[in-house]
Amino acid sequence: MAQKVLMKGNEAIAEAAIRAGCRHYFGYPITPQTEIAAYMAKKMPKIGGVFLQAESEIASINMVYGAAAAGVRVMTSSSSPGISLKSEGLSYIAGSDVPALVVNVQRGGPGLGGIQPSQSDYFQATKGGGHGDYRMIVLAPASVQEMASLTMKGFDLADKYLMTSMILADGTIGQMMEPISFEDAEVNTYEKPWALTGTNCQRKHNVVNSLYLKADELEAKNIERYERYAIVEENEPMWEEYMMEDAEYCVVAYGIASRVAKNAVVAARAEGIKVGLIRPITLWPFPKKALLAAADKVKSFVCVELSMGQMIEDVRLYTECKKPVSLCSRCGGMIPSPEEVLEAIRKAQKGEN
Amino acid sequence: MAVVFQKPKSLADVPLHYCPGCPHGIIHRLVAEAIDELGIEGKTIGVAPVGCAVMAYDYFTVDMIEAAHGRAPATATGIKRSRPENIVFTYQGDGDLASIGMAETVHAAARNENITIIFVNNAIYGMTGGQMAPTSLPGQVTQTSPYGRDVNHCGWPIKVSEMLATLEGPEYITRVAVNNVKNVLAAKKAIKKAFQNQIEGKGFSLVEVVSACPTNWGMTPQQALKWVETDMLPYYPTGVYKDRTAAKEAQE
Ligand SMILES: Cc1ncc(C[n+]2csc(CCOP(=O)(O)OP(=O)(O)O)c2C)c(N)n1
Ligand code: SF4
Repeated sequence: MAQKVLMKGNEAIAEAAIRAGCRHYFGYPITPQTEIAAYMAKKMPKIGGVFLQAESEIASINMVYGAAAAGVRVMTSSSSPGISLKSEGLSYIAGSDVPALVVNVQRGGPGLGGIQPSQSDYFQATKGGGHGDYRMIVLAPASVQEMASLTMKGFDLADKYLMTSMILADGTIGQMMEPISFEDAEVNTYEKPWALTGTNCQRKHNVVNSLYLKADELEAKNIERYERYAIVEENEPMWEEYMMEDAEYCVVAYGIASRVAKNAVVAARAEGIKVGLIRPITLWPFPKKALLAAADKVKSFVCVELSMGQMIEDVRLYTECKKPVSLCSRCGGMIPSPEEVLEAIRKAQKGEN
Repeated sequence: MAVVFQKPKSLADVPLHYCPGCPHGIIHRLVAEAIDELGIEGKTIGVAPVGCAVMAYDYFTVDMIEAAHGRAPATATGIKRSRPENIVFTYQGDGDLASIGMAETVHAAARNENITIIFVNNAIYGMTGGQMAPTSLPGQVTQTSPYGRDVNHCGWPIKVSEMLATLEGPEYITRVAVNNVKNVLAAKKAIKKAFQNQIEGKGFSLVEVVSACPTNWGMTPQQALKWVETDMLPYYPTGVYKDRTAAKEAQE
């Protein structure tokens, strides 16, 4: 078994990216993801890679666009306000079908918000952010180990489906230190015949582009892209179920909120409440099937998140409103205590949700 | 029989969509000729802008990418840093390069990013139908300055070459024009040098080409060329604004 090392969440992302073969990082400083850039700045020059601090998030995502089009594994990282600026580029990257990895270590918003952990960019990550019909694969780590393994997975999925993979983390997991192991995960390489390499005067020129002035062509392109998205929705949802076998109540939470929720579930079980947890690991594709199956089993759901209630809309949607869903949330950088979540579970049991 | 003129290899055999008399066609040809003559067609990667030249990706036969509005220097940076052995150029208008993309332009220059930029200054937003550009002249009538550009209200035109030449970073900044044969020949030389610099690893080279937009200037192509001479060039004089290598050689 691979050796365990003690690492900060943000550093785990950076190290995992390097192990996944990423040699190009473009970014702009923002709290609370700074360690990723610092790690890359130190490591990349030593291994023949590129770390470049761009003049803005807009520039950095467009550098990512260029590098992705050139066929290399490339990433950027930022936090909420920076992701807003990157949204333009995310739309172009989606419209051009090139792969990239983008990390959002979320902080509180809107506006400049705060620098404490948050999950209030769920809508932005899963429903768009940029303009146009597009999707990103959104991976939500709940531990430092997952910061690493989902980063490696994210690069693979991006290359496989020609999409952006977003790591949607939060300030707590970013700063947290835990022992992790870099499983000797094999790194797949993908042919990129579409990449800009120079024609070498051997082939017709490659064009990476998101412009289609003819309406029927643009529509066809979007339909083709959504056929690919449908495959992702079929094959790639990931989630964890905890104590769900006999559960009568189901807590739904991801990332840092799921860790608090897990403690509350254990405490509720001690009180004799049959409650379990579903933790989405991919927020897009959302683990619809797991939620719908649970909806036929449990009496009600409690959605725990660090926002005014964003994922709860998907929980309602994919449980087809078969059972009541209540919200237990804090925001602005506040984190609900296990007692608050326990109280929400008790209320669910009493049918007060 | 000797061939005296033929279409450059790097230019595709397709009809260009530009208006009659638009210098974009001439500038495309100059870029393609430079690429051909330097023998870099197989390793060149071009970055098209948002503007009238948006479909340049269909016109050049080299690998191409279409960048977001103003972001071409950043996109080019990403490509060049991934494939330093390739030759990377951007082709941008004044709205693209000097308004929305000013930060990307200045910082690519400051980094002496080893890329080549062809900057087409036609003092107007062509593609969107003739709005005021950062380079529109004082008093110039456009769709969004219908009473003439009032510098007290919306500021002064930006002289991009002069401004970039104040930076330590860039290797080569020059302004040329394409309003007559003599100027076209000089423009060709400058464009070729801007690519040659990149081949030699010298760094950021930008050629500002004073162009024209007969359609949105509301002029015939002949009138437009005249206006370039009488109004544009006095405000935007041609010349070499920075040439680090030449300056160093002169010092030695
Ligand atoms: C983000 C964004 N804002 C605005 C536009 C609309 N737009 C398209 S072309 C253009 C101006 C182009 O002018 P210029 O760069 O001077 O090039 P020209 O058309 O004159 O060659 C604008 C504003 C856009 N496509 N994207
Ligand atoms: S609108 Fe102006 S710049 Fe655009 S193609 Fe026509 S003449 Fe040329």
